Amino acid sequence: MTVTTRATVPRADPHPTGRHLRPGGRNKTLDRLVGRQPIGIALAAPYVVFLAAVFAYPLGFAVYISFHDYFFAAPGAIVERPFAGFDNYATVLSDPAVRRAFGNVLIFLVINVPLTVVLSLLLANALNAAIRWRTFFRVSYYVPYVTASVAVVGVWLFLFNSNGLVNSVLGPLAPDPSWLVNSSLAMPTVAVYVTWKQLGFFILLYLAALQNVSKDLYEAASMDGAGRWKSFLNVTVPGVRPATTLVVLVATVTGANLFTEPYLLTGGGGPDGASASPVLIMYQRGIEQGNPDIGSAIGVLLVVGVLLLALIERRFVGREED
Amino acid sequence: MRRTVTAAAIVISLAATAACGPAGFEGSDTATRGPITIWYSNNAEEVAWGKQMVAAWNAEHADQQVTAQEIPTGKSSEEVIGAAITAGNAPCLIFNTSPASVSQFQKQGGLVPLDGFTDGRSYVEDRSGEVAGQYKSADGKYYQLPWKSNPVMIFYNKKAFAKAGIANPSLTTYDEFLAASRKVVAAKAAKFAIYPAPSNEFYQSWFDFYPLFAAETGGRQLVADGKATFASDEGRKVAQFWRTMYAEKLASPEKYTGDAFVDGTAAMAVVGPWAIATYKGKADWGVVPVPTSAGRPASEIHTFSDAKNVAMYSACQNRGTAWDVLKFATSKEQDGKFLAATGQMPLRKDVASTYADYFAKNPEYKTFADQASRTVEVPNVPNSITIWQTFRDAYSRSVIFGQQDPGGALDGAAQKIDQLASQP
Repeated sequence: MTVTTRATVPRADPHPTGRHLRPGGRNKTLDRLVGRQPIGIALAAPYVVFLAAVFAYPLGFAVYISFHDYFFAAPGAIVERPFAGFDNYATVLSDPAVRRAFGNVLIFLVINVPLTVVLSLLLANALNAAIRWRTFFRVSYYVPYVTASVAVVGVWLFLFNSNGLVNSVLGPLAPDPSWLVNSSLAMPTVAVYVTWKQLGFFILLYLAALQNVSKDLYEAASMDGAGRWKSFLNVTVPGVRPATTLVVLVATVTGANLFTEPYLLTGGGGPDGASASPVLIMYQRGIEQGNPDIGSAIGVLLVVGVLLLALIERRFVGREED
Repeated sequence: MRRTVTAAAIVISLAATAACGPAGFEGSDTATRGPITIWYSNNAEEVAWGKQMVAAWNAEHADQQVTAQEIPTGKSSEEVIGAAITAGNAPCLIFNTSPASVSQFQKQGGLVPLDGFTDGRSYVEDRSGEVAGQYKSADGKYYQLPWKSNPVMIFYNKKAFAKAGIANPSLTTYDEFLAASRKVVAAKAAKFAIYPAPSNEFYQSWFDFYPLFAAETGGRQLVADGKATFASDEGRKVAQFWRTMYAEKLASPEKYTGDAFVDGTAAMAVVGPWAIATYKGKADWGVVPVPTSAGRPASEIHTFSDAKNVAMYSACQNRGTAWDVLKFATSKEQDGKFLAATGQMPLRKDVASTYADYFAKNPEYKTFADQASRTVEVPNVPNSITIWQTFRDAYSRSVIFGQQDPGGALDGAAQKIDQLASQP
């Protein structure tokens, strides 16, 4: 339909008098506002309203709160919430716990994102092949993703506590202090856990992308004498680049939102804040301690940080798309 | 991106709700009467007591009916209550108000001072006696009615101790406690001697450091007269005691899912009388007061109260009825029913003598009744939760994980807490 419509639109302006009317008599300005298919506006409107209500308004309000001496109060309560300038940001940036949490999440992302990309692509590639029990394996990888965090954390604790399965296998090579109470290992352990838990979702993204890689390319590569590994590197990897961009961005955003895992696995960011995440600190300061202004400042910094990181990632990972 | 921003907006979502809430409660006065709503805790025993209390009230007050429900599920009742205050839909009374949160709720304009009722102050003080003073706010008013306490003591597993060759354990001094702990672990009677939660939530210090600090100091609160009190010889002794427990692996720094005492993973637990019902048929237990460095006699030992109180919330319109229900629910008769149903100690003067018959029939609770007269509450100061989190961070870093000298960590935390206590 779109192609047909385009073909009927004349390229030259048929109304030299300045009345920009289409053959059907419509105004160009109106077209620009509502598009060629006005019904699209009606279809998109509910989601726009939804976005405005749960995204734009809260975000704007969060920014407002972060610049005020703000706390939650009962309706009707007379309280003062004076403008505080950058005081909340200064408080946040001078708080060692917050700085450490941002550092922790960087460690997390450095481990989690590459691991996610590599493992999910390799596993998706394997699961895309004609292997026996393919559906079983696909479901197996997906189950942790859809299972409640509280339930799967129990499995991980069983594996990684000091007398857990992993340490039993390692014997004298087991770390002391153990994984989740070791300052150096707590965050990497959380990063590996999250990678494992979310792998199924990213495998699905890659599986979908792999369906779009033309079999002709593999045949051509085979004709040129490329083996499996070379085909993977020269056909599969470039072929799924859009999916890789998506996986990197989604993994980064998900990782920056880290909360449940350190809370459940390491008892609230232990040891000594070594696994605390910005969202965990935001929750403590904003909700538990009744300082939403501080919590919002952390949130705004997190959003800005993630945006910058996403831009950098897109510049590197998605450059060929551009 | 939407997920990130949604996460960032968690903190402000309550405020957004606030904008939609009903405005202004100033029209309510202390004499208005009519139907009210209340929330109570969600453990089975308290629910049973709450239901009979409400039924008894409603049977006599057709025009002032009480609608009751369990406190809505959330991560903690404090967060649920804070959200309800902000949204303007808190009930009239909540029989599960944590004293640590009262200063925050008060700052939010969420609480009704009980002193506003003509007999408010006298009722609170007559019922609870001297203990009531700990629950007074900085402005000298009562925003909470001291309701019940769960004085924490040391439970020990008789079988585990017997396996370690200890028949009648003496756990009055730190040395005795450590010696018994070493024996229990060496004999493999339990993997750990005791297992206080090592996690970083602000309230966890109420069940490791604070009871022993209360005992060591003869009943001092964490903050007194606007100053931190724990960076003292007594505080250092307590911190060093627990440091030894962790360093010698007599206690575990790892999070435990479940009840370590019931599971037999730990031979001791620091708990209040609520646990008696939980342990019934699962552990053969004995109970002793928390230890002190020099071994004070049991009759002088103070401990943490682990109290939950009743507060009236500013969203309440029919405050006259709410006050009458509050007095009815904390009357001698209802307190007795509460004690019988839950085993928790009403915060009344002379609990042991008032309910002598109950304690004669249930001697295992008698020790707790005696201990209930010497309890220490969390200080009722501004920024209470932040103060406890600051303390917990320092304690966790130094005592549980040994990454700093406990004395230095307490000094650093005390400086920060002095600042916090001085802020509004």
